[in-house]
Amino acid sequence: MLDVYKIREDFPILSKKINNTDLIYFDNAATSQTPIQVINAISDYYKNYNSNIHRGLHSLSVDATNKYEETRSKVREHFGIANNHEIIFTSGTTHGINIISSGLEKTISSNDELIVSEMEHHSNIVPWQMLCEKTGAKLKVIPINDNGTLNMEEYKSLLTPNVKFVFVNHVSNTLGTVNPIKEIIDLAHANKSQVLVDGAQGAAHLKINLSELDIDFYVASAHKLCGPTGVGFLYGKSDLLNSLPPYQGGGEMISNVTFNQTEYADLPHKFEAGTPNIAGVIAFGVALDYMNSIGFENIDSYERSLLDYATENLRQIENIKIYGDIDEKISVISFNISNHHPSDIGSILDQFGIAVRTGQHCTQPIMDHFKIPGTVRASFSFYNTKSEIDLFIDAVKKAAKMLG
Amino acid sequence: MESIQYKQNQIIDEFNFFEDWSEKYQYLIDLGKSLPEFDQSNKIDSNLIKGCQSKVWLNSSFSDNMVIFEADSDAIISKGIISLLIRVFSGHNPKEILDANIDFIEKIGLNSHLSQTRANGLLSMIKQIKIYALAYQVKK
Repeated sequence: MLDVYKIREDFPILSKKINNTDLIYFDNAATSQTPIQVINAISDYYKNYNSNIHRGLHSLSVDATNKYEETRSKVREHFGIANNHEIIFTSGTTHGINIISSGLEKTISSNDELIVSEMEHHSNIVPWQMLCEKTGAKLKVIPINDNGTLNMEEYKSLLTPNVKFVFVNHVSNTLGTVNPIKEIIDLAHANKSQVLVDGAQGAAHLKINLSELDIDFYVASAHKLCGPTGVGFLYGKSDLLNSLPPYQGGGEMISNVTFNQTEYADLPHKFEAGTPNIAGVIAFGVALDYMNSIGFENIDSYERSLLDYATENLRQIENIKIYGDIDEKISVISFNISNHHPSDIGSILDQFGIAVRTGQHCTQPIMDHFKIPGTVRASFSFYNTKSEIDLFIDAVKKAAKMLG
Repeated sequence: MESIQYKQNQIIDEFNFFEDWSEKYQYLIDLGKSLPEFDQSNKIDSNLIKGCQSKVWLNSSFSDNMVIFEADSDAIISKGIISLLIRVFSGHNPKEILDANIDFIEKIGLNSHLSQTRANGLLSMIKQIKIYALAYQVKK
């Protein structure tokens, strides 16, 4: 079991006051807070070995390169990836998805079909719509059930021979639903379709082994895993990444440049044009170490206890509706009370120093499914406490009373 | 009709009466609830104000050199804020509306409670009110 009060000492922001009260940060699904170890790693880089990587022969550059590449090894170990070169550092999940979607422009044709789910984040919908516009391919949608799970029977019937790709998240950022990705992948592979898993939300809560699951492409962001913003990674199987054209041209991604012809570098450099976010990538490695030092099993069981406690107490509130009230979920609760607009509840909670997210959470299709303008979303992390949840429940009740 | 500045001062006085934010919010909620009913046929996309997290519809009419505003929102606090704006601007001629310097929002301490998104929404509402006034002035 983890010692939450000791952990909280690692997060400077958690002692901040908002509107003269202690900050209660329940917007972890949008971005996680940053421990001092990660903050120190960023300043250590700029203080002690700031230099460009891979090309320099001098000591600083060697240090920076080694630390940068260490993160690649840490990502490989943590996510159960076979080879370092199958890991491409990106600016985040959205960037990773766009590398794939633009890379497929020449290979996808008008007879092909692509599958997304109704519970995807806009960043796992819009790039595929753009790809379909350019290629004439057809986008098909796995619908959700009213309890916030994927309709797997519909999924099976959508898997026709023309389906080339399935794009699905591991965990829904709005509902918290943990999707049966193993089953989704196995069914897709049996149909000769490839799968991209959006791990933005799942990676922060559940340890995942990409090789065991036989995932073709996987994307995630560091800032949901206690790391800095502007960093993430794309995983792809070697042969699949090799078959894609580069995303951007520039330095780093070439092996030979003449005005007659340019040869591209091997993986992973082919997709890492230009000077990357070196400090950010190094700090991402420190963030992974930090979370592993607490342990994902501990994180999962602690967050589960927070989720159960909050759900149980929220259920007591009159006229509350929780969306995705199921067992297979992580610590995200989306809800509405009566017909009150989520932004009204969010504004009042902010006055109590409580940060939640209100609105559509970049998942308009989910809102359309439930015919609502949005939800209030509280999302908990391993540094939140039950006493914070008590204050939150109390504030939600006061907000509901004020709104009448 | 009292001047726009007079009405703003009135609102500032009313808000000074409140001791903490929860009373201010409760007042906005009550104002939102008592806003006159909006003609449903005006709930059209062209009346929607861009830049608000909640939906805000603003409609205007013009007679006897007076601009009359009516508005609605699906969020009650937004509706309360709009009702203050309508109270300040509605019933004035276009020139008065265009010349008005809006200071009450800052003085009632509302902007420190508004997120950037919300504050932008409020600015969009005032901008739209002035655009309507400008259109009527040009038409005249």
